Amino acid sequence: MSSVPLTEAVPEIIRVCNLRKVYRTGDVDVEALRGIDLSIRRGEFVAVVGPSGSGKSTLFHILGGLAPPTSGEVWIDGIDLRKMSESQRTEMRQRKVGFVFQKYNLLPTLTARDNIGLAQAIAGIKTQPVGFDNTLKMLGIVNRLDHKPRALSGGEQQRVAIARALVNQPAILLADEPTGNLDTANSNAVLDLLRDLNQRTGQTILMITHNPEAAAFADRIVYMRDGKIVEKGGG
Amino acid sequence: MINKLVLENLKYRWVRTLGSALIVGILVASIITLIGLSRGMLEESAARAKGTGADIVLRRDTGGTISLNTGQISEKFLPLIRSQPHVVQAVGVLTQSVEIITAMNGVNVPEFEKISGGFHFLEGGPPKGPDDIVVDEPYARQKHLHVGDTLKLLNYDWHLSGIVEGGMLARFVVRLDTLQDKTGNTNRLSQIYVKLDDPALTDTVVAEFNKKFAGELKAMSIADLVAMFSISSIPQLEIFIKVITGMWVAVGFLVVFLSMYTAVVERTREIGILKALGAKPWMIVDLLMREAILLALVGWVLGVGMAVVARQVIVSVAPASLSVINVPDFWPWAALIALTGALLGAIYPGMKAARHDAIEALSYE
Repeated sequence: MSSVPLTEAVPEIIRVCNLRKVYRTGDVDVEALRGIDLSIRRGEFVAVVGPSGSGKSTLFHILGGLAPPTSGEVWIDGIDLRKMSESQRTEMRQRKVGFVFQKYNLLPTLTARDNIGLAQAIAGIKTQPVGFDNTLKMLGIVNRLDHKPRALSGGEQQRVAIARALVNQPAILLADEPTGNLDTANSNAVLDLLRDLNQRTGQTILMITHNPEAAAFADRIVYMRDGKIVEKGGG
Repeated sequence: MINKLVLENLKYRWVRTLGSALIVGILVASIITLIGLSRGMLEESAARAKGTGADIVLRRDTGGTISLNTGQISEKFLPLIRSQPHVVQAVGVLTQSVEIITAMNGVNVPEFEKISGGFHFLEGGPPKGPDDIVVDEPYARQKHLHVGDTLKLLNYDWHLSGIVEGGMLARFVVRLDTLQDKTGNTNRLSQIYVKLDDPALTDTVVAEFNKKFAGELKAMSIADLVAMFSISSIPQLEIFIKVITGMWVAVGFLVVFLSMYTAVVERTREIGILKALGAKPWMIVDLLMREAILLALVGWVLGVGMAVVARQVIVSVAPASLSVINVPDFWPWAALIALTGALLGAIYPGMKAARHDAIEALSYE
């Protein structure tokens, strides 16, 4: 890992330059990302919108350190992902990135509290961050912490997942279709929460969605198609 | 937290957990019972040898030590032995195998009582008539026998003249001449028990006997004989136990392997979640190893419990047929066997889980 000398761009937390990702399927190379350039400032709430196959999930996986880029530059909070080994990317996921998935991805065997605690245990963090109780209150799950996922509604599960993503105070929160499994009321509640979180705590959020209504909650919308960014809007 | 996850995972899939632990438990119980049975049978034989009250035993010089050899010594040796220095009494015994693992001993009871201090009769008295037989208490209890009853052994009908406390000479005792006649061993003996005037001279007299009767008789102190009634002194038994143990380790390995392999496939998505949260491969392996260890330990506890119950059942149902003892000193070894099988069984599933691609795992349905 190495720090980038971002003297001019100090507020940048994500910088992507000419990012390409090629998957090999059998004998065929599939180009999922074809030269992405993207810059996200600390504290921004950005939505990446695009149809299926546009490459937004691939971008999500690379920014989250789940997959390596084929070429191009990817900087997360001053760290160059290109030079990172698999092990270093794993370490980055422990503290730099918080994930929120469409299917919540909570461990069914653990309570909400333990699901949150597990993220800390994996990162080797023993104490909750200052003010995390307020985050839990804001998420409205204080009274649901001792329940297992099967006893929680979809909206509650997603809020627990958000709490889990935030507990290690990540530099960026990556949300992949966070409302994809929720009804309208719960979708709006979760999106309100994300926006609230961004505004109150300055948490940087990058949300992947194919839903323009969900994207409208963000400060800025980036449109993708065929592995390229086709438009960078203002939200 | 990791331990909690391990525990919750096992609780969540409790049917599989219980099933796997039960199989490990049955394996543990089997091996503990086998060891308890082997040791119990040997200890019973040792106790019988000790219970004779003799200092030395003489057998045919064949190199064998713990075999039920019938009529290999001529009765003519008896007066010769009795005439040796320090010998207070020498008694000839003919041993005939009955029901494979049990022996009937023919002995001159009044002579034998001089070295042993006498049988402790719980019912009746010594064999007087040619068809009289004395049995020990566990056999009488198992067969519901009382003095006066008739029992068929070696294809003969015997009249039960007495029931004695167990642990002396043999399960069945009859008159020496009777057994010699019925087994075609007239004037033959299996061994000679010798009582010395000073037990401290045992080793000296044994050496003397071995020198004097080399090639014909082999003398051994009762203490040495008793010491030989151990698993390590019987290579064939030791090899058998090792082979059986190896097979059980293999079965334990397979049980845990299948359980863990299924768990890994079933929990692909959960493994993906852990990886997304930053769990390193060794952490995933560690998680499954801990599950395997816990399974083995639960199985071990169940197994020890089952072994204790099995022993109780065997002792209650067949006290005279199978002597099984509790072997608490072997329990840690049984745990080690269970853990070895379990850890070996968890290695491949653990490696498979650790190699999962996080993205693919997260999309697993």
